[in-house]
Amino acid sequence: MKKEMIEKIKNDPNYQELVSKRSKFAITLTIIMLVVYFAFILTIAFEPALLGAPLSSGSVTTVGIPVGMAVILFAFILTGIYTKRANGEFDDLNNKIKDSVKDL
Amino acid sequence: MINRIFLFLVLGAVAVLGAGAIEGEVAKQALNVPAIVMFVIFVGATLGITYWAAKRTKSAKDFYTAGGGITGFQNGMAIAGDYMSAASFLGISGLVYLNGYDGLIYSIGFLVGWPIILFMIAEPLRNLGKYTFADVASYRLRQTPIRILAASGSIATVILYLIAQMVGSGKLIQLLFGLQYEVAVIIVGVLMILYVTFGGMLATTWVQIIKAFLLLSGATFMAVAVMAHYNFNFGELFAHATELKGIEIMSPGGLVSDPVSAISLAVALIFGVAGLPHILMRFFTVGDAKEARKSVFYATGFIGYFYFLTFIIGFGAIVMVFQNPQYLDVAKQAISGGAPILGGNNMAAIHLSHAVGGDFFLGFISAVAFATILAVVSGLTLAGASAISHDLYASVIKKGQIDSITEMKVSKVATVGLGIIAIIMGIAFEQQNIAFVVGLAFAIAASANFPILFLSMYWKGLTTRGAVIGGSLGLATAVLLVILGPIVWVDIFGNAEAIFPYKYPALFSVIVAFVGTYIFSITDNSQGAKDEAEAFEAQYIRAQTGIGAEGASEH
Repeated sequence: MKKEMIEKIKNDPNYQELVSKRSKFAITLTIIMLVVYFAFILTIAFEPALLGAPLSSGSVTTVGIPVGMAVILFAFILTGIYTKRANGEFDDLNNKIKDSVKDL
Repeated sequence: MINRIFLFLVLGAVAVLGAGAIEGEVAKQALNVPAIVMFVIFVGATLGITYWAAKRTKSAKDFYTAGGGITGFQNGMAIAGDYMSAASFLGISGLVYLNGYDGLIYSIGFLVGWPIILFMIAEPLRNLGKYTFADVASYRLRQTPIRILAASGSIATVILYLIAQMVGSGKLIQLLFGLQYEVAVIIVGVLMILYVTFGGMLATTWVQIIKAFLLLSGATFMAVAVMAHYNFNFGELFAHATELKGIEIMSPGGLVSDPVSAISLAVALIFGVAGLPHILMRFFTVGDAKEARKSVFYATGFIGYFYFLTFIIGFGAIVMVFQNPQYLDVAKQAISGGAPILGGNNMAAIHLSHAVGGDFFLGFISAVAFATILAVVSGLTLAGASAISHDLYASVIKKGQIDSITEMKVSKVATVGLGIIAIIMGIAFEQQNIAFVVGLAFAIAASANFPILFLSMYWKGLTTRGAVIGGSLGLATAVLLVILGPIVWVDIFGNAEAIFPYKYPALFSVIVAFVGTYIFSITDNSQGAKDEAEAFEAQYIRAQTGIGAEGASEH
């Protein structure tokens, strides 16, 4: 990449916006995923009875079943949320950056 | 108690990671004719695809990345096909069959790495790399040392994983098809060599897509058949299962009572997935970052759905296999008190397929299990071959002065070589305890491959010296701690107590890798280090925007 192009992109407000928005978004989602997963694992390690409690009185289904299923579903939904925003808003910003340097 | 946890973790990891889908001696079964017919159809179709792909594989780029023109949806399916091994299908459903809820805990661990890959790795990887993750790690660092380090990590991961797959497949095929162990291993090795040498990434991708489709369809059929028995009411299924196996199967058991092991396993799974060369390589098959993101989205969906199905299948096996004398090894009843399942717990899904669909469906699921093995070993071999040809031969030995056709030829030779090694290792390790093998592969991926890849993308201060020393320390720590840990030191060497008490070293070895890389980078005052820091900006811009990234080839 040419020096001139680096300077131009670096000072492009669209680029700064893209990097700051995307980094924040990616880090937030990563932390959310890790918190959910570790909360689940550490509950199992320290308070397994919470997940072993029956869902309603007399039912054999435990709280842990919907919680476990929800963690799987949650992981998938998070990838959907990221992909939607990145393929829309972030890519629009990115296309503006690409357009601004296409003649360089 | 701690010992029980370890035993459980060992058994669980063996089952799930697929170190040996079927442990110990397996009796050779009578020839399973429907299974063999369906398998022959699968092989015929995939060899047809390989022939088609071979005509389209004309350059190194075609060979490594299928020309870069795979769509996000196709790649998502192929990633799922690469990741859902026969052992995770049989292992997780077997674990659910045995322990109920604990099986679900394992599957969740295998899924949560995927969103992290999407948020942190997929896009810069696609924007910076060409054929291997070493392209990214060495982007602004010195080629020779970084390529050697990354290729060592890749080849070690691939060979360990291949050994596990080959041994597991030999035993599984022996059991399902009634073929001899050696014959089974040789068939797998030869087919894999054919797919990869002739069809390259294009054939491998389609083998993985077809396999993922077959596996998901077969598993869906089984899960629906089970649920239909219970009017699609989970409460009724669980109620019946607990009548047979007790209420404990609905709650977490002894799986992760020790927080250090729990966290270390989580680290191995999350960072390990993001350091598996055959998974990382799949991101170069799509055209741009947009398709790379879609790939992870679809892959996470397919893999999550698959784990959901294996949970139902495991419970289905409890209600339909657990007390059916047809599937039990009655001869062993006197010794253990209860009759174990024929072929071991990992055969739960296979027996269930017979219970819900008779001989024909058993044949189908057996053929799918075989196809699954082929798809996984093909992806592994291609990743190993590209580390040899692209990283070591083309970049280190030839310093990049090599044409695309020659590089592809070297890659094909490497494929044949790896295939032969896989066959020999598969046969040599038949009677060995290989429980440590996949755990070690994940540990190496998490502690050598991942930290270097991650830091090269995000940390300006990373230098060649830091990466080489830190990565090597991570690799050495992972290997050493596995050897000193309970599986090798106690179970294989026969010592009374492990020197390193935890089965999963990742928590420690990953920290060693990051700290080592940091210290040896910040103390590096060479001119080279300054140039490397200076080159970060251009790299970061390309990683973020994709400007200058490798595109799809024209055809």
